[in-house]
Amino acid sequence: MRLIQKLGDWFDMRLQMGRSIRETAEHPVPRETASWFYVFGSAALTCFMLQVLTGILLALIYVPSAGEAWSSLQILNHSVSLGWFIRALHGWGSNFMIAIVLLHMLQVFLFGAYKFPRELTWIVGVLLLLVTVGMAFTGQVLRFDQDAYWGLGIGASIASRVPVMGPWVVNLMLGGPIIAGATLSRFFALHVFVIPGLLIAFVGVHLLMVLKLGINEWPMPGRIVRRATYFQEYRDLTHKQGVPFVPNAVWKDILFSGFILLSIAACAVYFGPFGPSGQPDPTIIQTAPHPDFFFLWLYALLSFLPPSSETPILLIGPAITLIVLLALPFVAGEGEKSWKRRPIAVLSVLLIAVTLGTFTHLAQHAPWSPVMDAWSSQPIPSQYLTGRTALERRGALVFQEKQCRNCHSLDDKGGQRGPALDSVALHLTQDQLIRQVIQGGGNMPAYGKNLSPAETTALVAFLETLHPAQQTPARDASRAATLGANAEQLRSPGP
Amino acid sequence: MIGNEISRRAMLVKLGVFLNGIVASILAVPIVRYLLSPALRERKPGYESWLCLGGLDQFPTGQTRLATYRNPVVNAWDGDTANIACWVRNLDGQNFQVFAVNCAHLGCPVRWFPQSSLFMCPCHGGAYYQDGSRASGPPERGLFQYRYKVEDGKLLIEAGEMPTPGRAANTMRGGTTCA
Repeated sequence: MRLIQKLGDWFDMRLQMGRSIRETAEHPVPRETASWFYVFGSAALTCFMLQVLTGILLALIYVPSAGEAWSSLQILNHSVSLGWFIRALHGWGSNFMIAIVLLHMLQVFLFGAYKFPRELTWIVGVLLLLVTVGMAFTGQVLRFDQDAYWGLGIGASIASRVPVMGPWVVNLMLGGPIIAGATLSRFFALHVFVIPGLLIAFVGVHLLMVLKLGINEWPMPGRIVRRATYFQEYRDLTHKQGVPFVPNAVWKDILFSGFILLSIAACAVYFGPFGPSGQPDPTIIQTAPHPDFFFLWLYALLSFLPPSSETPILLIGPAITLIVLLALPFVAGEGEKSWKRRPIAVLSVLLIAVTLGTFTHLAQHAPWSPVMDAWSSQPIPSQYLTGRTALERRGALVFQEKQCRNCHSLDDKGGQRGPALDSVALHLTQDQLIRQVIQGGGNMPAYGKNLSPAETTALVAFLETLHPAQQTPARDASRAATLGANAEQLRSPGP
Repeated sequence: MIGNEISRRAMLVKLGVFLNGIVASILAVPIVRYLLSPALRERKPGYESWLCLGGLDQFPTGQTRLATYRNPVVNAWDGDTANIACWVRNLDGQNFQVFAVNCAHLGCPVRWFPQSSLFMCPCHGGAYYQDGSRASGPPERGLFQYRYKVEDGKLLIEAGEMPTPGRAANTMRGGTTCA
């Protein structure tokens, strides 16, 4: 014990850091902030340290070359002892880090922590969110598989829409004319040097400001932030009723970080590493690229935006979002901190959460994508075939052959791009069916050039049978009246 | 005396900063040039050149077939990524259409379905007719087309750069020709 003390003193005399470390550790914080709500920032930092460690471990094996990256990931997964586990830790660590950064952001927003004098802390926090998302995207590229390849294609297609500069931006992003070796090399440099460097710098500034300005106090309804009086009020909270950060508050940070690390490890063991999916060979086109979880909402958004407004929204939307986030502490720098007195803030959070959640959920099913193999893998349900005429059955065959099933479901099987057709005969008359099939419209391709008259007749005959047994199909009222009347007239006199 | 000395020192510091500023801006020129090289690289001839897709017999009349080529600008470590696919449609033995596999929406690979004569995209549900024109979904335009020519019974296309919505407008024809 005495030896350790002596050794410590020896170092401290030369480093001269012991006192400032002790002061930092024991600095007083408002009593209520020793709370489980204040643990997300430190947990995000813990995740980042895990990412640095596992990232370095992966870099021992990974080859950042377009020709070799995919096979080096296979080696990591299957040949290197516990390589799969390090990859899984890095992948799950990334997911946890984004989730915790978002939770942290949610907490500081609802607790009004961005208000005076912590405006710059919030702004650096927004930059930290950006670089964290940047890490996630570039990391997804380094897992150089089909999803990464076509994900880069999507990124390039978006970048190319920048007015005038578009083509040059694409070349800069890809490092050349196509997605190839140069692309992976520059994303490797970004993921391993540039963005982590920025992240470390921003984290340093962010933490320094938390220490210099003090942690945001627990918001009390009615305790209004004013520039003139804030510092005095905060001083009272910390120095009169405050508690030392170590050990009163820090034990919760440590326990929560430990719990998060354990959860990451558990997910890594149970679910294993992410991918890689198929080889990044662009001549293999039988692929349905899918982004990682935290970009799924964007994937959904891109399929719902109307074509005409897509480019402006893609280019201006991110800028507006960033401006709103950066302007927030200047627009609402004073006033109430408590979420109980800030209904618009709470509603905004709910709106954003529900929107992103819905988009993410939709993207997991991707109802807008045709099911490419439905036409050959999902047979027509037998109840739609029994008791039908030869013409109607021929129509069912046309329905399958012409891949209608890729976009239209029967009995809940098939694509969801277009409406389910189980009861289409209730909504469309024979003429309307023919027109829809031949001319398309309402986001359906026209099949007029691709169907012979006989095929169209058979197909429509089949579609007309698609209605519940008890309900009569739609019919053209005018036509029924005239035809029916004629038929009656023809029939009633009798032979 | 002391005042004089301080101002002399201060001036030397300023001189030092100035000198470093000049050196930094001189160094910045090659660094920026290096960083921008993918975008500036020999813009005059461009990245594109005429490439052979193979003999005409590989592309039967009236059909649409997948063809692949090796990108002309290539590094030794590009691996499979330098192999690019395209769709070749032989209209009548004389006239062709060569489409990029990249969807005109966001670049995902479109698949050809000969039964329904449609190209379908797996990402966001874009669909195109056999002549490459837009059928439905989010794309704003038809499939990108490469310029082609037939020489000595072989089909050649002018390619070398990934087609994207922003660039295609200048150098590539839209997919609205022929039927």
